[in-house]
This record gives sequence, C-alpha cells and structure tokens, in this order.
Amino acid sequence: MGGGGHGLATAYYLAKNHGISNVAILEKGWIGGGNTGRNTTAVRSNYFYPESVALYEFSLQLYERLSKELNYNIMLSQRGGLNVAHSEMDMEIAARLVNAMQINGIDAELFDRRQVLKVVPLLNTGPNARYPVFGGVWQGRAGICRHDAVAWGYARAASHLGVDIIQNCEVLDFIIEGGACRGVSTSRGEIRSDRVAMAVAGHSSMLSAKAGFSLPIQSYSLQAMVSEPVKPVLDTALLSIGTGTYANQSDKGEIVFGGGLDRIPSYAQRGNPPAHDHTISGLIEMFPAFGQLKILRQWAGIVDVTPDSSPIIGPSPIPGLYLDCGWGTGGFKAIPAGGWLLAHLMATGSHHEISKPFDLDRFTTGRLIDEAAGSGIAH
Amino acid sequence: MHLICCPFCGNRDETEFRFAVEAGKRRGSVSSSPDEWAKYLYFQNNVKGDTREVWMHLTCGELFILSRNSVTHSIHGSEPVRKAAEA
Amino acid sequence: MRLPSGGTGITREKELSFAFDGKPHRGFEGDTVASALLAAGVRTVGRSFKYHRPRGIWGHGVEEPNAIFDVKLAGFHEPNARGTTTPLADGLVVRSINARPDASRDRFGFLDRFAKFIPAGFYYKTFMWPSWERFEPRIRAMAGLGEIDREWAPKAFSSHVHDTCDVLVVGAGNSGLRAALAAARDGRSVTVVDEGFAPGGQLLYRSRTADGEHAEEWLASTLAELSRLGVTIMSRSTAYGIYDHNLVCVAELKKATNPPISHRIRPKQIVLATGAIERPLVFPNNDRPGIMSAASALFYLRRHGVRVGERIVIASNNDSTAEVAEAFRVVGANVTEVSSVANVRGKNRVEAVIDENGRSIPADALLVSGGYSPTVHLFCQAKGKLAWSDERAAFVPKDEVQGVKVIGSANGDFRWRVQASWPTKPTKERAWIDFQNDVTSKDVALAARENFRSVEHLKRYTTLGMATDQGKTSNVNGLAALAAFTGRSIAETGTTTFRPPYTPVSMMAFTGYRHGQLFNPVRRLALETEHRAAGAIFGEYGGWLRPAAYDRDIQSEALRAREGVGIFDASPLGKVEVIGPDAGLLLDFNGYGKVSTLKPGRIRYGLTLNENGSVYDDGVIARLDETRFLVSCSSSHVTGVHLRLEDIRQDLFDPTRLSIHNATSRWATLTVTGPKSRSLLDSLSLGLDLGNEAFPHMSWRMATFEGGPVRLARVSFSGDLSFEVSVPQSKAASLFCALREAGARFNATMLGLEALMILRAEKGYIVIGKDTDGLTLPHDLGIVGPRDKRTDEFVGRRSLFTEWAQEKKRRQFTGLSITDGGGPLATGAHAIERVTGKSRSIGFVTSSYFSPTIGKPIALGLIENAMERQGEIIEMQHLGAVRKARVSAACAFDPEGARLNA
Repeated sequence: MGGGGHGLATAYYLAKNHGISNVAILEKGWIGGGNTGRNTTAVRSNYFYPESVALYEFSLQLYERLSKELNYNIMLSQRGGLNVAHSEMDMEIAARLVNAMQINGIDAELFDRRQVLKVVPLLNTGPNARYPVFGGVWQGRAGICRHDAVAWGYARAASHLGVDIIQNCEVLDFIIEGGACRGVSTSRGEIRSDRVAMAVAGHSSMLSAKAGFSLPIQSYSLQAMVSEPVKPVLDTALLSIGTGTYANQSDKGEIVFGGGLDRIPSYAQRGNPPAHDHTISGLIEMFPAFGQLKILRQWAGIVDVTPDSSPIIGPSPIPGLYLDCGWGTGGFKAIPAGGWLLAHLMATGSHHEISKPFDLDRFTTGRLIDEAAGSGIAH
Repeated sequence: MHLICCPFCGNRDETEFRFAVEAGKRRGSVSSSPDEWAKYLYFQNNVKGDTREVWMHLTCGELFILSRNSVTHSIHGSEPVRKAAEA
Repeated sequence: MRLPSGGTGITREKELSFAFDGKPHRGFEGDTVASALLAAGVRTVGRSFKYHRPRGIWGHGVEEPNAIFDVKLAGFHEPNARGTTTPLADGLVVRSINARPDASRDRFGFLDRFAKFIPAGFYYKTFMWPSWERFEPRIRAMAGLGEIDREWAPKAFSSHVHDTCDVLVVGAGNSGLRAALAAARDGRSVTVVDEGFAPGGQLLYRSRTADGEHAEEWLASTLAELSRLGVTIMSRSTAYGIYDHNLVCVAELKKATNPPISHRIRPKQIVLATGAIERPLVFPNNDRPGIMSAASALFYLRRHGVRVGERIVIASNNDSTAEVAEAFRVVGANVTEVSSVANVRGKNRVEAVIDENGRSIPADALLVSGGYSPTVHLFCQAKGKLAWSDERAAFVPKDEVQGVKVIGSANGDFRWRVQASWPTKPTKERAWIDFQNDVTSKDVALAARENFRSVEHLKRYTTLGMATDQGKTSNVNGLAALAAFTGRSIAETGTTTFRPPYTPVSMMAFTGYRHGQLFNPVRRLALETEHRAAGAIFGEYGGWLRPAAYDRDIQSEALRAREGVGIFDASPLGKVEVIGPDAGLLLDFNGYGKVSTLKPGRIRYGLTLNENGSVYDDGVIARLDETRFLVSCSSSHVTGVHLRLEDIRQDLFDPTRLSIHNATSRWATLTVTGPKSRSLLDSLSLGLDLGNEAFPHMSWRMATFEGGPVRLARVSFSGDLSFEVSVPQSKAASLFCALREAGARFNATMLGLEALMILRAEKGYIVIGKDTDGLTLPHDLGIVGPRDKRTDEFVGRRSLFTEWAQEKKRRQFTGLSITDGGGPLATGAHAIERVTGKSRSIGFVTSSYFSPTIGKPIALGLIENAMERQGEIIEMQHLGAVRKARVSAACAFDPEGARLNA
C-alpha cells in the first residue's frame, strides 16, 4: 500500500533481492504524489546514534549507486550538507555530533566560521545578525537529488522486474481472517495476499485504525516552498536550528526551503501563514540577499511524527501486516533503505539487523531513538 | 491562519493557542502494564476527520476541549475541560 | 511604435529614460517596462529557458511568460521582474535574462538546433556516467533565470496590516466593481483589491461594459460613487492566497523600491471577480517575437498609445478579437483575420503568417486568442472544485465554497463565444505550450508515451506550468493536449493543484518586523545598564542576554568569588508560585522528590521529570507558608514549567483549590556568594540574623530593604556560602548599588555566568540540557531515593521502570579527571571503547573547564556505567585525536560541603 518512494523501493527490492515479483503496489492517486514529491530533497546521514547512522548511512550508500543501478538519473548531487552553529553552546553540540559521526565511520568535519563562510559566502555576517555564524557540522557526502526521479526510477525498474503498479486504487479496508491480514479491499476490488505492508505517510493512523490498532503517531503539515529560479548562489544543503530553516538550491535555480512543523495537527496538505512567515523570515535572516527573491510556490505534506522522531519499521500487531511509517520529516532520504529493509522483512519474515531497533516494540520497552534528545539536531 | 474559539474568550488567532493532547486519554500509573503505559504515553488515535482535542488558550491560560476537523480545519465548538469531564 | 496621441495610462509630459541591455530608451510616466519596449520597437526581449529561442512580449499582466528581466534602480534590485507589471522609472536599468551578451545576440542561441536531442526529461536518461556531478556545475550555470545582487541587503521592511470587512472583492473589473457597488449600497463595508495599476480591468481598454454601457464613462461614475460610499479600492494589490477560515493574503506594491505591504484580511464574504486570462493558440513556431495576446495588443494601444505592428494578422477562436481588429484598423494598421495558423515565417520576429490553406500573409505582428481561462486560483486554494465546460472551453467553478463567491469571467460568464481548438496531435515542427519553460506539444506527447498520464506527472516530467508564470497561459493547453494524446476527455484528465501564491510574491512581504534582533527578541535584565557600567560582556543564554563575564580573565573572576565574595545577577531564574490548600500535593505529583513534607521557611532541591522519565528541569522549592510554595526553575524553562503546572492543576486537581502564578518578572535577584558573603550582607543592615544557626543552608527569610520586602534564600550554585537576595524589580537598581558599595569594602567581584559555570562544575552541579540530554533519567544522576521509596504517583514514575530504564548499560553522570597532564578536554569529546578493532562511543564530555580552585582541568560527562567505572582510565576522542581521562567523582571540590554550611 502506497506508491511513494518507500512502497516503490520495497517492491523493487522484493523482486531484485528476493526474487519475489508477484507484487502489487496500490496507490490511491499517482505514484510519487505524496511526501516523495513534496520534500526538499536533502539526503544525508549526519546522525548521532549508531542505530540511526546505520539506517541513514545505508540509505545514502544505496543512493550513491542508484542512478546506475536503475539506469535512471536521480541527479544525486553530493554537494555537501552543513548544519550551522550559532553560538558556543551550538559548537559544543556540533562537536558532540561530529565526534559521534566520526566514531561511527561517517565523514564529518567540524567547521569553524571561516570554513562555513567559504562554502556559504552569502550567510548573514552583519553586526545585527540575530544568529551569528560560529561554525558548523559539515558532511561532504550529503546533498540533494531529484525527488520525482527517485519514484519514477524505482517504478520503472520494479515494473521491468514484473511488479504491478496500480494507480488510482484506494485501499478501503483490510481482509482479516483468523486474526491475520489476508489482503485488502480497494476501490477497484479485492486483492488477496498474505503479506501486506503499509508505506503510506500521512495516512498511517487512518489505515491502522481500519486494521484495529493505533500507532504512536501524530500527523502534522510540514510546509516547503521554492523561490523563483536564479543563477547559482547556494552550493550546499543547509540547516540552521537557530533560524529554524533549511535550504538548498535546485539545479533549476530555485531556492528550495522549509522550516518547522505547523503548530496544529492536520491532514490538510496545505500550509498556514504563521509557519511560512516564520520560515521565510528565518531564511532572510540567514541570507539577507534572498530578500530580492520572490516566492514561487508553497505547498505542504502530511508528516507522521513519532514521539522520538524515528521511523517505525517492523511487523504490526496483525500478523501478515507490516509497517513502514512514522518517518516524520526525514522519509525521503531513507527511501532506498526503507524499501530494502521492508522488503527483507516481508520476504524473510524477520528483521534485518538495521531495522531491528526501529520496531514498534521500542515504545513499550522504552528504547527510543531520539536524535533531538541526544544531539539537538532534527531529522 | 485558524480562528480558534476559546470557550472563555471567543474566536482568537491560532498563534494564541497550544495543542496539548487528543481528548479522552486516561493517565496510567506505576501499576500500568508496559503496554498500557506505552499506550497512554505514546499512542494516538490521530483521527483523520472530526476530532476532539485538549487545547490551551495561552492568553487566558485555560485548558478546553476543541472539536474540529483535521482535514477541512473547520471548527465545530469548544467547551471547558471541567464541563466536558462532568458531562 | 508609439502613436502621436492616445494612451489613457500615460502622461506624455513626463518623459523617463531607461536602459535595456545597455541601450538607452525613453518612455513616459505610466508606462510599464513592457509597454516602453514595445513603443521603442524592441521585439526580442529575452531568451527561453532551455532552447534559448528569441522571445517577445506576450501579455500585459501577471500571465506574462517571456518578458522577464533583472531590473536595477538606485539600490533596488529585482531579479526576474515581470516587464508587464514593472512600472517604468527614470534611470531604470533593465537587463534581459538567460542571454549573453544580450537578448538579441545570445551566444547560446545555437542550442535550438539541437532541440531534438534535448526533449522533455532528457536529463533523466543521460549524464549518469561517470556521475551526474561531472555535468551538474555547467547545467546549473545554464539554468536559473536572473541573478541576485550578492551585496544587497534589505533596507526597508514590509508592514503587516491585519484587517476585516464585510465584503472583500478581488478584482476591480466590470463584475467586481458592480458587486462592490451593490454591497456598498446595501450598507456593508467593502474593500476592493486589484492587481492592476488602476481599477477597471478590461474596462480600461475595451470600449463597452458587459452590459453595453460606454466603458470609460461607466467606470468614472462607478468609481466616483464607490468613493462616496467609502469603499476602499487598493490598486497594485494582489490577493495571492486564501488560507484557513477564509483569511485572504494581499501584497500591495506601493512604492517600487520598497517591499510590498502585507495585508491579511478576514472578510465575512469574499467575492472573487478575478477575470480570465487569454490563452495562446498552439501552432508551429507560435513563440516567435511579434506573436502576442490579442487583448494585450489592444491594451497597449488604448492605455499606452502603442501600435504593435503595421501589418497585423489576428488569429482567434472566439469573437473577443472583433474589437481588436477594428481598433487597429482605426489607427491605420493593415489587419487580416484568420481562424487558425499553420506556421509562421521569421526567426527574430514574425515576417509572415501561413494560414491553414497554405497562404502566406506578410505580417509584422500576429495577435492570437485561443479562448479564456477563468482565474480560479484563489477559488481552488479555498478548496473549491472545478468542472470542465465544453461550451466555454474552460474549467469553471463547480460547487460553492462557504464564504466565497465567484462572479463574472472568473466564473466562466464570458461576453464572447468560443469555438474551441485544441491540439490533436503533435505537429512536425515544434508548437509551444509553455513558453517560459520551453515545453512543446511534442514534449507532452513524449510524456504520454512514457506513461506520465496523470497531469501531475506531466507537469513534473516536462516542467509544464512550473515556471515563474506558473502556467497561467499554458496549463489548459497542456492538459488539453495530454487529453487528446491519451484519448481521454479534458474533464477526465483534470487539472493540477493550484498552489499559493497566485503570483510570485516578494519574500520581504512575509518577514514584517521579523528581522535582526526582532526575529527572536532576547530577554533583557532590568539591570542591563548597571551591568554594562560595571564592565560586563554580554552573551545570550537560554534566550536571555546576560553578563557572561566582567573580567577578561574568567579564571580570576571565579577565583575571587571562591576566595572572597562575588555578586551575580540571577534574575532570569524562574519564580513560579503555587498557592492553595492542595499546593503541596500538586508539587508532589509534579516533582521527583516529595515537597509537601517541607516546613515553611525551608527550601528543598529537586528534579522534575517528563512522563517518559527523562529529567526535565531542576531547581529549588521554597515553602512560603502552609499554602504557598515558590518554585524556581531554569531560566529557559519558565514558560514550560508554568504551563505544565497549569496542565496538572486543571487536568488532575480541583482547580478551585489551586492557583499558579508566574512571578518571575516581578523579582530581581542578586546572588551574593563566597566565604565573605555573610559579612557583606551584614553590612547592609537588613535587620536579620544571618548566622548559620538562625539562617541555615536551604532556608529563606524575609526582611526589609528600603522600606520594601526583600527575600533572602540560602541556596548555592557555587558550593560556597551563598545568599540569593530578591527585591521587586523597582528596587533592583538600589539593591545593586547597595551591594556594590558594601562589596567595595570586601573587594567583591562581579560574577558573570561563565565564571559561575566553572564554580558549579567544580562542585559537580549539573546544568539541565548541558550535562543531561533527553535520555537522562534521575537514576543516571545517581538520584534514586524517590524512585525506590515513594509510594505515591508522580510525573514520569512509571517510565522509570521500563525495560530500557532498568538496563544495566546506561549513560551516567560523572566527573572526568585528566591524567595526561594536558589542558581541559574538549566539550563534545566522546569516550570510546574498542571492541575487535572498532571504536564505539560510550559517552561524551558535557562540561569542561580549567579549575582555578584546584589548579587543574576538570570535566563532567555522561559515560556508560560510570558508577562502576569510577577510577577507570578511558580513552577520549575529539576530532580524531585520542587522550586519556579517569572516571572520577563529579564533585571535585569540597565534597563534604563544609563551605556550604559555613
């Protein structure tokens, strides 16, 4: 269920890694039309806990060879990602993160102010800057890619391997027999299968309710926007906790940026002025020169936020039904890994080593993987 | 930009409010089973459609129950928590 | 060319000079950049995004896809300015984009010859070997439109105006003005917003109103009546978005060089009279300069006195162009009307038009009208649904949306009949659909062939409608072509989502006051002036601007306080009062340690936890009397603690028996700390016995200072004898002076936060959020009493008994001492353990200083199993370098606490 990046990648890896090609992807609308096509396309693995590092680094490595593997150019641009530090305290946390990354074998550097301004010369260095630049965390292999191409590339490759992609097909209910999931009924009829997975960001709680269980998820709108395109002015994928804004420049020239969640739980897939006022102000505070630009488009995706902002991958309480949800704001960068791990789980019936810590049971055992709690760096 | 109705102050701008939790949760205790405690602490119904939620109007400091639709964002009404609890 | 007379929108007495691509030109006040260029006979105004085709002006408003410029005027710079909506100004410097050296001689013009190798989406299938990054820099440099001025910074900021009215009319054309008039006559308050330079819409250039009145006369009398009725009409004001609960966002451009004024209007009723946008016809080479919207040509003629050609061909599928033909004949042009076009001759400008019979008609302008698309953007943003109308050849509003009414051409109520003519198959030569993004009908066919059959896929694959004109002229033609090529109806094919903003809006419109220090204002101390006079260097801590240090030598500042006495401003520390007969019980529930057993006059230190068990905050609680407690909390947690206490009060207690009051801003607190602090305070003659017996550690007393109350609390964050002295803010300055004066006799030092941080670290006192993280449980700090002994319920209790909470391997708070003789460890360094050659983090340094008191470096950290590891030497890694440290007691100074109880 779900023809987004995660669902398409799962189908592809089921066929490719496990030889299971009798797979159907059910998509309510059009493939890649959910959060896969609504994010700001950043990919990185600058995480604090080993569990997260294993997951996102695996994903980044899969991304690094994805264009050639799928024979579809996802335009992965490893131009480097930077988390800007705005105070001495930020620098201490940055050091904590960089050291954690280096110990976990991830490329990371602690940049001082001079190094930051070298890679992002347009940052605000004025005397009135509310968030002065102290330094930052640099990951050279981080970057951006073309989000739609990821969905299309996986879809094409999965289709070549015999997977059926069914668009305009909405899942209405589950077929539960003897307490186990035996398929789904859809707007286009019943489909039986003893292995069903949901990769439906923004609809996870709604579907789980149909199957009779709830999830540790609250859904919010997350807005993103682009400016009109201009010639290259920003060569990195940038994140600033202080201003609450992240930004990069697409190959087309648009400044693609976003900020924090809207304040109100929502399924509306549209933005709200208080959040975009704050995000745009944050961007201008960081890059005063961007005040010359005009906003071209604003939109929102529905993000499923878990209490620790880490995803849920694993079996659901209903046998035969598997979960890939709760990616919050970080699902895009994890598409290849999410697909690979969910395929592993569905094909073998047991967790891959990497997905194990992300099982639903962590909310009962208390073993949460809370990156913000450990490093103050958001997903 | 939402207009949210505080049962005490009337329609006010969304920036004056804080979402607390969905309504109807009962706090567990030390005798809750691990599952029960996890349910209380972390699990949500997260309804797509008509919802009842606990909100606080930061300006007057009162908690209240807000009925609204999480898809259309239409607001259906609000009542003080006490009144809701007594009903 | 400019006609010798005519043009209702220009003032010929006021000549303006401007430059385009380095060449000087002249125009008149009231001209736009576009009208002035047309008047000057400039045909090629820019180059297309991908093929670098020469392009001319198409339209006269926000729909313009081609006339995009970088404009500069004395300190003002706007990349991607639309020529049709940019007013001409004296000295304006206009530069074409995407063209080098200029629009007429673009050196990338040759790319058009390779068009067949670079169709839509070609980049998805190539540039993969050796890697995309090899090609990306050149492609990025080719892409993009205008250029920003890297040195530019905002000088003016936008005003944000919040408003309401009974009726907000969007669009001051024929329908909008009639609606405004009706509502105003009805006694309702009415605001009209319109994106044009003057109200009137089509009435400004059509001769008749929809009802056949003389347009100019009707407009003048209507505007006069509206003005009498007190209706506000705002020109150059674009309603760009409708958001939740019918909030309309409007950007008003008052002065070209200033950011727009941002209006947020919440009307009772919204009337959308937004008109319709003329569509191009899709035929080969329909993008040549000189081909333009027929309505726009009429607009330039009537408003600016500009005749866009001498030999004019008009191609139209509707009867809106009859007036255009007549108007141009009147001004002496040779006009030919055709119903469709087979092709066009001429490259940099139209030279001849080939009609459907193969006849070649010499022409220097081709005016086209492919029908009209209602401007339904705002309606759709308000969640309105559309229906396809074959008769009107347009998507029109379907069901009503509450509070939003659509009227006039925006509703599909056109004055003219349309004979729809859609592309049926891609033509041999390219026919453009999206001019700005260079999408042709061949590209649509290619997308359909590759199964991008959803309009959203078409848009994303071909980029159709994603340029700065947001597809205003291209969307309907594009999806009509897709419908035809995939054998579906237009209705089945549907539209893409209409996203805000309706037209691109300056980022500056959103910022308002949120810039510089006002982006997130810091909180300031009442005594800031006094601290500055005392030489304080300020820093931001938890949102407060506080003295970081007074002495450049922080070590010496700390040492003087340790050995003598220091004065520290602790005012930001939270002071929340909990009042009522159940106050003790509430605080018992709120905190980790029990509070209700505290005696009046006494103070207790405690933690508060989150429900997930992690440490939320720490602080002391003073019992003021039987029913009153004063809770102090971290400066950054004041609001959080206050809200949390309110939540508990209202949710779990009888709120009538309790009251929570945040008194933080009422009191100023100066802490006097050090062995001589008692003597210093004694010299103030507060009339209070400060002796250890009468006033022991962890107790508080009231006294009088300058006739008002002063509260003294014997608590300590330095590990020395300390008194927190609190007075109402109005007495803060007097207290400061008194302490400084008295302090002079004791050689007291002013103590900044940095030095205090050293003093507390010597004692192993934690700072929440620095020495703890979101996973730290109280027992990780070695505080297990309440967990093991309390039998009543408290916040976070259950979570202390999860599998994870009881795990053996936990990161525990500890001290770290240096064994290698080096300087302090880096804060953020990790402790590592090597297992089979691989390093693993077992924790990290959270605080690290050189201790002046004990004369060597000290550190605090969270280390796995630190309690068991006491005495163990571990490896510490920072930026690749490894050092050694010993796991040791957190408290490195006066572990018995003798100095506290002195």
